[in-house]
Amino acid sequence: MSTSTLAAPAPQRHEVPVEQPTRGERVAGLLQRHGALAVLAVVVVVASVRFPSFGTVGNFQGIAIQSAFLAIVALGMAFVIIGGGIDLSVGSVFALGGVLAAYGSRWGMLPALLLPLVVCGAIGLLNGFLIAKARLAPFIVTLASLLGARGLLLALTDEGSQTYLIEKGSAFAKLGQGTFLGLGYPVWLALLAFAVGGLLLQRTRYGQAVFAVGGSEQAAALMGLPVARIKLITYTASALLAGFAGALNAARLSSGVTILGVGMELDAIAAVVIGGTLLVGGAGSVSGTLCGVLLLGVIQNVINQIGTLDSSYQSVVSGAFLIVVVVVQTYLSRSQRLR
Amino acid sequence: MTDLALPRTARLSAALPQYGVYAAVVVVLAFNAVFTDNFLTTANLRTQLIQVAPVLIVALGMAMVIGTEGVDLSVGSVMALSAAALPLYLGYGMGPAIVMALLTGLVVGAVNGLLVAVVGLQPIVATLALLVGGRGLALVLAGGRLKQIENTDLLALGSDDILGIPVVVVIAGVLSLAVGLLVSQTTYGRQLVAIGGNRAAATLAGLPVRRVLLGTYVLCAVLAALAGVLATARLTASDPSAIGNLMELSAITAVVVGGTPLSGGRIRVLGTVAGALLMQLLRATLISHNLSDSTAQMVQAAIILGAVYLARERRR
Repeated sequence: MSTSTLAAPAPQRHEVPVEQPTRGERVAGLLQRHGALAVLAVVVVVASVRFPSFGTVGNFQGIAIQSAFLAIVALGMAFVIIGGGIDLSVGSVFALGGVLAAYGSRWGMLPALLLPLVVCGAIGLLNGFLIAKARLAPFIVTLASLLGARGLLLALTDEGSQTYLIEKGSAFAKLGQGTFLGLGYPVWLALLAFAVGGLLLQRTRYGQAVFAVGGSEQAAALMGLPVARIKLITYTASALLAGFAGALNAARLSSGVTILGVGMELDAIAAVVIGGTLLVGGAGSVSGTLCGVLLLGVIQNVINQIGTLDSSYQSVVSGAFLIVVVVVQTYLSRSQRLR
Repeated sequence: MTDLALPRTARLSAALPQYGVYAAVVVVLAFNAVFTDNFLTTANLRTQLIQVAPVLIVALGMAMVIGTEGVDLSVGSVMALSAAALPLYLGYGMGPAIVMALLTGLVVGAVNGLLVAVVGLQPIVATLALLVGGRGLALVLAGGRLKQIENTDLLALGSDDILGIPVVVVIAGVLSLAVGLLVSQTTYGRQLVAIGGNRAAATLAGLPVRRVLLGTYVLCAVLAALAGVLATARLTASDPSAIGNLMELSAITAVVVGGTPLSGGRIRVLGTVAGALLMQLLRATLISHNLSDSTAQMVQAAIILGAVYLARERRR
């Protein structure tokens, strides 16, 4: 469809009087989009100077592998939020994916990956169906699947008493534990997922449609976009990514652990929001989300470096950070809108 | 709404979300009367009421917040904060300790309210920050560990009776009545619902939107803090890492199942009471029939979806 528009003569920009944004507005826009990156850079530099043990290659490798799983979950969450929704079920789906992967790993690598993807994909499809077709509120639907997936997990594992071990040295375990160029496979897989996700969001019709649906569902429907199908795809993708991240994490830990993932949806939402994606939908980026995830990882790491600080401070700092970022973002986006 | 003008099926589907929750409570009770041994005994009903009391108190505040088209995710963390604050001041006696615990709720509620009403953040984000940060702060306050409560007054609050009814149940009942009256009989209650129905219109009509929103988040958090105090008294220990976990979900469930729409503009206080009771009774029923907690969770999920689906039909 775009070939005809591309072949048309160059847009006649001079005929349409477009108001140029003022310098302040441009700075505000830049800050809103890349603020997380700027803050991340500052925090990393300051922490490297302040704590000698922070700025080491080994420590950065550690942060990378610890952030990889949340990053994969947050990628799906970014798509959902940009599309104007929210997915509270990812933490439960993450845990479920891990246990199913461990369970499937007794038959080999393929079942270990397929089992979680099929089940988690089905949960995502159900989410998407109830939100897109039955038109129920995403908040409530995914809240219900948070409970439902956790219930399924407990039922599968005999009320959570069982931990499924993954054979050490198996191909599946290597997927979580192996390294390439000093970085763990999960890190590379997360980076790959973000590269693909970024291309999908910025360069495909699907990505543009996600922005359009998040901006105004009615307008998107009037434009002839298949709103329901786009939502269905987005929620399914979110659950698939969460299940995949859970499976990878199980491979890394050599076991499926039932109690993982509680509260993970909040970390993912926080990462997306800190990364400059507006919760109202219609705007955002996956690169910002990656910065948000890394920022949360670095904060956690720095608090661990300050040996005297209780690890409970981590959530205090994350929460405070979230407030500051969102308040600043709100003012920045308001200054852009009010002209 | 002129319900009589509608065909019968439409009237039925309009009545279901409104009265369905009461019918469901009756059905569950009737089921248990027939199929469950020792369910309709005073001892068991007493246990059920004691267990539902903290959830109900939190859900009352949540219902008001949802009525404004908001949501408060921080209630569980507020319970943890108030539980952590309690032992710090128990040296001065029960009264001052409870006042301080409620004050922590007031502060958190004020922060939530300011972020929503003045800064203009979405309620999910504003309260999410305190959900994340609040529990961490509670753990820091408590030094990261559980503290046994030895104050006899406070323990009595959790275990004593008034006229044969447990104190916590009496408190929950009185608060339900108070919130019901507040919502239906006062100017504040009407403003609250008007803001939830259409904030722009409420602003144009000259309602004190910011003040009402602020007050609602404060009220919700203070109720959550009170629930934290009562839960601590019941547990005979302050355990900030466990108290109020996932409480936001239970409270939202009770409110939504009770027929309050998430889109704001209407609050069903009695429905919220019934919603909280229904979820509690269901869990107890499933467990007493040897169905596991996991099944109970899945049934809970299905009920939430069913309730919301019915509510959707009505909005049309």
